[in-house]
Amino acid sequence: MLELANVEVVYNEVILVLRGLSIEVPDGQIVALLGANGAGKTTSLRAISGLLGPHEGVITKGSITYDGKKLNDLKPSDIVESGITQVMEGRRIFKDLTVDENLVTGGFTVKDKARTKASYDRVMDLFPRLAERRKGIAGYLSGGEQQMLAIGRALMAEPKLLILDEPSLGLAPKLIEQIRDIIVDINKQGVSVLLIEQNAMMALSIANYGYVMETGKIVMDGDAKKLLADDDVKEFYLGLHGDDSEKKSFRDVKHYKRRKRWAS
Amino acid sequence: MSTSQSKRRISNGAAFMIAVFVPITIFLIVQLFSDPAVFLTTILKSLAMGSTYAIIALGFVLIFKATEVVNFSQGALAMIGALFISFLVADETIPIVPWWSEGNLVPIRNPIYDLGLPSWMAWGLSFIVALFFAALIGLFLERVAIRPMIGQPLFSVAVITLGLEISLRVLANDSAKLKLRNTNTPWSGKGFNIGDNFLYWSFFAAMIAAAISVVAVFLFYRSKLGIAMRAVARDQEAAMAQGIPIGRVFAIAWGAGAALAAVGGLFATEPPIKQTGAVDAETSLVAFRALPAVILGGLDSVQGAILGGLIVGSAEIFAGQYLSGYTSVLGAGYPLVIPYVVMIIGLIVKPYGLFGTEEIRRV
Repeated sequence: MLELANVEVVYNEVILVLRGLSIEVPDGQIVALLGANGAGKTTSLRAISGLLGPHEGVITKGSITYDGKKLNDLKPSDIVESGITQVMEGRRIFKDLTVDENLVTGGFTVKDKARTKASYDRVMDLFPRLAERRKGIAGYLSGGEQQMLAIGRALMAEPKLLILDEPSLGLAPKLIEQIRDIIVDINKQGVSVLLIEQNAMMALSIANYGYVMETGKIVMDGDAKKLLADDDVKEFYLGLHGDDSEKKSFRDVKHYKRRKRWAS
Repeated sequence: MSTSQSKRRISNGAAFMIAVFVPITIFLIVQLFSDPAVFLTTILKSLAMGSTYAIIALGFVLIFKATEVVNFSQGALAMIGALFISFLVADETIPIVPWWSEGNLVPIRNPIYDLGLPSWMAWGLSFIVALFFAALIGLFLERVAIRPMIGQPLFSVAVITLGLEISLRVLANDSAKLKLRNTNTPWSGKGFNIGDNFLYWSFFAAMIAAAISVVAVFLFYRSKLGIAMRAVARDQEAAMAQGIPIGRVFAIAWGAGAALAAVGGLFATEPPIKQTGAVDAETSLVAFRALPAVILGGLDSVQGAILGGLIVGSAEIFAGQYLSGYTSVLGAGYPLVIPYVVMIIGLIVKPYGLFGTEEIRRV
């Protein structure tokens, strides 16, 4: 189980981005983390994967633990080895490498060749499209295929927890459905998933549990079904109005901000 | 609209190349028939020159492909590598600077030569140890000066390498000045005649060394570590997210780059680049002579380094051979300028270099 407890992250020694973030990702579940732009979703992921360094970010408070092991000060490679792999926002595949070579980079931390081969076959099973274009340059793949490659690359590291940052970004509705099904498939194979999305409908429809983030902390959490039914979530993330069709003032609906639910 | 434009630009480039190459080809064919022996030796010499440049260029490419930094200290690394070879192989000593010597080098005997091995084996072993020492210098520089700069603007890092070049060169000059440091290879100074033309064995040694280096680098880039190295060059953060230890990849690139520089430095002391067979203050300049080869080939391409090296090396040798009648007009030492002229012409036609990666875009 991944556990973030009261995590604070500061960029450039002044900009406080996460203010006491606490989330849990139990084994075998899909957990959705929702939030508007600038809420600090990507920063939370960087904190988990140890990628704050290049962005001049530091975890100043709180702890991140995975199965009881503290991840705060570990190097990214150690975090990948302990079973957490991240699919970064915007896919970030290595464009001038071939599809196969991209997958090799994903399996860098796995020393056992037989296991690498097994993961490779699994990825090819999961993404027949990639199998067709194994020797092709990754930069020439379509957006959807690139996202599949990014997910496949992450799976090569044999993760126990897969973190997906905006997998639906810039994809057509049909492809989003496809990616969603793939996430469910991966989860069924025993990999827990932390899913970061702006597409709340997609994320909550497959998640077990959901968190809503705003300005660096959790303002709401609960079962995914409960969140889907919640009027505020509907209003802001699904674009649906509640029972009354008249427009609400922003201030009226933000009542939850005053509840101190996040202090735990 | 845009396709027709790009078509026209390509045909312009082609016309330009034809305008450059046709007269040169005609000139060369005339030379071939007027004096085949001179032509043949010139070709071998230019292959040797090109090979030396290609080895140096490979060092540049290796470091650039991992770190995106043009390593301007490659010349100093070449010189230091050649110095190590000179100490370990020619003098059969290991240089150390103990605390009591007030900064002076105190040579101790190289134990490899006391093992009772056949002389060629002792030579080879010492040579490999010298390359290993050179690689250690590369690792040290990377750890001290480059690693702390990860994530900083590449320009700053490039300027740091320039600073390294100057400081290393001063250090190396101090140890080289003490006496004439021969590199003393088995083939040094030896050769044979074709007609009236003398051919050095070092020509062929350079070609063989270049071939071995190229094959080694090609195989390396097919390996898991090599793929990881290319990934790091493309996107450092994404590579980190895959669990690739960037620091170690940088270190390996610098170590290998320094070892390649050492091989290049050795051949920089021998014909066709220099007749002396000794390391001196000018050895480090070989990197700047090879720089046009790297840039012409495209900074991040192994094929580019080889082809760039060969083109630039041949241009330099052929110009030196066949334009020597015009020295009064061109000025003495004009062959040294030729690589840069070739580079500029090449860049006009292909701005990314012959094999340089242009940004990959989907169409």
